[in-house]
Amino acid sequence: MSDRILEVSNIEVVYNHTVQVLRGLSLSVPRGEVVALLGSNGAGKSTTLKAIANILFLENGELSSGSIRFDGDAVGSRPPHRLVRDGLCHVMEGRRVFEDLTVEENLVAAGYASNGGSGRAGQDMVYEYFPQLYSRRRSLAGYLSGGEQQMLAIGRGLLGKPSMMLLDEPSLGLSPMLVEEIFGIIARINREQGVAMLLVEQNANVALALASYGYIMESGRVVIDGTPEKLMADDDVREFYLGSGEAEGESKSYREVKHYKRRKRWLS
Amino acid sequence: MDWLFFFEVSLAGLGFGALYALTGVAFVVIYKATRVINLAMGEMLMFGAYLFFGFAAGFMLPVWLAIVLALAGGALLGLTLERLVIRPLLGENPISVFMVTIGLASVLVGLVEIIWTAAPRSLPGFLPDDPIFIGDAFVAPKTFWSFIIAGVVIAVFLVLFRFWRGGVALRATASDQGAAYAMGINVPAVYSLSWGLAGMLAAGAGLLLGSIAGISSEMGFFGLTVLVVVIVGGLDSVLGALVAGLLIGWIESLAGVYLGGEYEHLVTFIILMVVLLLRPWGLFGTREIERL
Ligand SMILES: Nc1ncnc2c1ncn2[C@@H]1O[C@H](COP(=O)(O)OP(=O)(O)OP(=O)(O)O)[C@@H](O)[C@H]1O
Ligand SMILES: [Mg+2]
Repeated sequence: MSDRILEVSNIEVVYNHTVQVLRGLSLSVPRGEVVALLGSNGAGKSTTLKAIANILFLENGELSSGSIRFDGDAVGSRPPHRLVRDGLCHVMEGRRVFEDLTVEENLVAAGYASNGGSGRAGQDMVYEYFPQLYSRRRSLAGYLSGGEQQMLAIGRGLLGKPSMMLLDEPSLGLSPMLVEEIFGIIARINREQGVAMLLVEQNANVALALASYGYIMESGRVVIDGTPEKLMADDDVREFYLGSGEAEGESKSYREVKHYKRRKRWLS
Repeated sequence: MDWLFFFEVSLAGLGFGALYALTGVAFVVIYKATRVINLAMGEMLMFGAYLFFGFAAGFMLPVWLAIVLALAGGALLGLTLERLVIRPLLGENPISVFMVTIGLASVLVGLVEIIWTAAPRSLPGFLPDDPIFIGDAFVAPKTFWSFIIAGVVIAVFLVLFRFWRGGVALRATASDQGAAYAMGINVPAVYSLSWGLAGMLAAGAGLLLGSIAGISSEMGFFGLTVLVVVIVGGLDSVLGALVAGLLIGWIESLAGVYLGGEYEHLVTFIILMVVLLLRPWGLFGTREIERL
């Protein structure tokens, strides 16, 4: 058994037979560890996760070369629901809760991930990590707040007792306080369940605070990788992803200033 | 105004409406899971009725066994169509899938005419035929019993949709296919399930309709009114199919008696036009669903 639960080597992905989005991307995730995958909009982060979860076909995309191995076996030979049942959970970008189902029904649907059905015990575990969901369990998921929806999205993923989670921008659209809360829970899940995580984020600060290794991608390939310490020491990374660096105060948006403050909180 | 007569006409209309509703549910199940507008629904219904005829009158099997086999055959037809014809086309332009179902309809008619010829026939009776009175109003027993059966079946479906795990998987797949995959749901199996269930429902409706009105290779036209029913009720709403089915059955029957038979369908299409103008997503449908 390899010590790397996920190995992505040299993959290329093409959409609609024409648009090449990934150009020879490689990365790997050790068992039980959190790895961050960072990059600006359109770099191909979500596409990477879709390739790993083997759902490119849903968007007319195709893995045109390279290989992806999860838990030793190629993912391409397994349909997506099979991969999920094998322990590869994908919390998709934009939460994707079933809006016209209740919270509880969302969890029932997610129970398919754990072969024999998970029943109460699995749901109780989710409510234990996300107590807020318990009080909302009878409401339609569409009426939850953004933060609660993200909790539900992650909670659904937990039901399959995954050995690896692909998390696509869990901080998207959440207030800094909620981001902190959710990342606290993500850290707990990693620690207590021993789940390996590939964490896609635009918010580099929070992601690197959690990760033991990080990759930064641009236009479909990895441009820098290394430990969080190394990445944070890198001038380019500091300038473009951490919202600090030489150009301080010059072209900073309010959002980036917030990043900076949060970084201080997270990294102190 | 003769209220007793009005009541009797209404009851007959509701009885027929229950069959619209039952077939409408089959339509909705397919639409929800696969977003396919299945114009072969009426012909699937016809095929089920002929299967029953074949087993009961052709092979002289006991009626109960013929019913079971016809329902199973209907389910198998649904499964086969989904697997061989529909699944390879999923993701293609909805119009071409729609056209293919029209083609399927004529294939089924052809098949029935080859096996059983185009001559109208009557089905061996399987519903009780003691006269039924509700108060003073007389209801044709077959209409009464088919109403009861359709009602029970639809109720069972509503419950299954809500509480059965497979029903939840079906609704989850209907709402977001990609996310359903991510939950470990075997999405292609859900497609099969929906077409299989719909095939069985349609066959059941075919049995009931055939026992009331007889069968012929043209009985698939029933499916056109059902199409109106589900558009009025909302393509993705089981409850909508139920309400709109009863409503249209009732109004058609009143129009047929009080205005004359030629107005039956006119009234139906007026209802369709009004709903399309005022609530294009149907009485109970989900709003963002695109319309034909
Ligand atoms: N289904 C698709 N068909 C065609 N092109 C696509 C498709 N999905 C994504 N792309 C393109 O691929 C590129 C990478 O998209 P992707 O969603 O992977 O980026 P991302 O790194 O996740 O960005 P973001 O941070 O904005 O989520 C983009 O240029 C996008 O336009
Ligand atoms: Mg993305």
